[in-house]
Amino acid sequence: MILAVASGKGGTGKTSVACALALALDRPLTFLDCDVEGANAHLFLRPEIRSREEVLVPYPNIDHSKCDVCGRCVEECHFGAMVRLGKKVKVMQNLCHGCGVCRLVCPRKAISMSGRPVGTVHQGTAGLMRFFCGELRTGEALSVPIIKSIKRENDDTVIIDCPPGTSCPAVESVEGSDFALLVTEPTPFGVHDLRGMIAVCRRLEVPCGVVINRSFGEDQDVESLCTTEGVPILLRIPFDRKVAEVYAKGGTLLEAMPDLVEPLRDMYLEIRGLRR
Amino acid sequence: MIRIAVMSGKGGTGKTTAVASMAWYSDGLVLADCDVDAANLALTMSGRLRTKNDYQGAYTAFIDPELCSECGKCEDNCHFGAIADLKVSAIHCEGCGACKVVCPAGAVSMSLRRSGEIFVMDTARGPMAYAELFPGESNSGKLVTIVRRLADDIAESDGLDVVLIDGPPGTGCPAIASVTGADLILAITEPSRSGEHDLLRLIELAHHFSIPICVAVNKWDLHPGMTREIEESCRRQGVMVVGRVPYDPCVMEAIKAMRPLPSMFPRSPAALEFHRIWNQLRSRSKERKGSGLSMKLD
Repeated sequence: MILAVASGKGGTGKTSVACALALALDRPLTFLDCDVEGANAHLFLRPEIRSREEVLVPYPNIDHSKCDVCGRCVEECHFGAMVRLGKKVKVMQNLCHGCGVCRLVCPRKAISMSGRPVGTVHQGTAGLMRFFCGELRTGEALSVPIIKSIKRENDDTVIIDCPPGTSCPAVESVEGSDFALLVTEPTPFGVHDLRGMIAVCRRLEVPCGVVINRSFGEDQDVESLCTTEGVPILLRIPFDRKVAEVYAKGGTLLEAMPDLVEPLRDMYLEIRGLRR
Repeated sequence: MIRIAVMSGKGGTGKTTAVASMAWYSDGLVLADCDVDAANLALTMSGRLRTKNDYQGAYTAFIDPELCSECGKCEDNCHFGAIADLKVSAIHCEGCGACKVVCPAGAVSMSLRRSGEIFVMDTARGPMAYAELFPGESNSGKLVTIVRRLADDIAESDGLDVVLIDGPPGTGCPAIASVTGADLILAITEPSRSGEHDLLRLIELAHHFSIPICVAVNKWDLHPGMTREIEESCRRQGVMVVGRVPYDPCVMEAIKAMRPLPSMFPRSPAALEFHRIWNQLRSRSKERKGSGLSMKLD
């Protein structure tokens, strides 16, 4: 089963829940950290990294001896990445999506595509787990190719730690999963962003369920949203200042709350019945 | 005009609370919520809607089955895997138009789709530009750029000299769009390994684009030891720490009531610290504007 741990809002506890679940299951599985803009799972799972691989995206090279600055590529690039600067065409690195339209439309065949590194995938092991984590290069905008690269990994059990948000990086991470576990906090912000994430799951046709983190026992707003949307609440993790203190030093949720092991295992069994 | 971007790297460290609090202490500014995936500032800053417009940011390809000769060239040339069985998946299509360029039958057309909404609201502390990207849509960076431009235009036309940006988490496309052209980044972090790790990535990003950055540690007393470690990391990077905001239960009360913290609890410890940070930022960014000095420490 491929299980994506996601949330619209950042900082709700995705990584804590994903790591705690992976540890509670205590069996061979594959853990994918797809939050390539701020990957944190390694801080808790402490994997031994064995190899690194660069992620390349196609990138146009212009042969200026062939280019007659006709401007076709500038006109056809939908991302504004080709600009005419005096008597030269220049590629704006941060706007280029690597689609290759410039090469296709160039009448003088002056453009060829090569690979440009945008990030790295780290691979290792943590206990019984195979561990993969992506890292976007500083100043690079494109997270999706790195996420795609990590998601090539497969296994009987895969846990994906997704990035926050509801746009391309989150979509790419959740897509194709058998189930999405949505971690939220019981605040108006949490509820607002959870609503967006449920909509993303609907669009991707991935069934989902909710974990309420830092619950004070007053979760009516999350409950009523889940009832309206027909999404089950699978687990509540109570607010406890001790969790924050353990977490601060890179301790896992299980270290702060050892009693969570059973509820997490039960939740996993329940998800097996709800999956696609 | 001074543009200050409140960022964090890691999500949920308190960006929106910081922005709403600092805005409360301002005597007139323009707010820009650039977290278009999860726009929460409007939930805190109530006001009257001034304008609402559609965002048509994404082109999508359409293949006319009547004209299609089923050659498969579109599929071969799509770098995003968005075409399968001669059908376009709207969620994967980046709107690059490669399929249209290679189609020998002229069966592909590109059309703009409505993928979000852009708002301007008048709040008690000034106008606010924000946007909501529809769930699952792409091109959030482009939408952030539109919100930024809108905020700049409003500042110009309303004669306001500060734009305060509530940024998204992360360091990718929307984060880069949020800090581009900013005069100063205020990074809000929390005393944890994750907070520190993502803060260091954000500092790298700021240095990469040569934007001055300063740091405030939120909920610092949840782990004073970790706070000191983070402050030490900042010092090593030559980054100034401008404040320590204490853990304050009033913050949660204000979030639940959907109001800026100082409007409910003006004497709360967190509110007082945000006030102090804001005064510091204002004077420092003015100084910087005047002398060209960066906020880096010697």
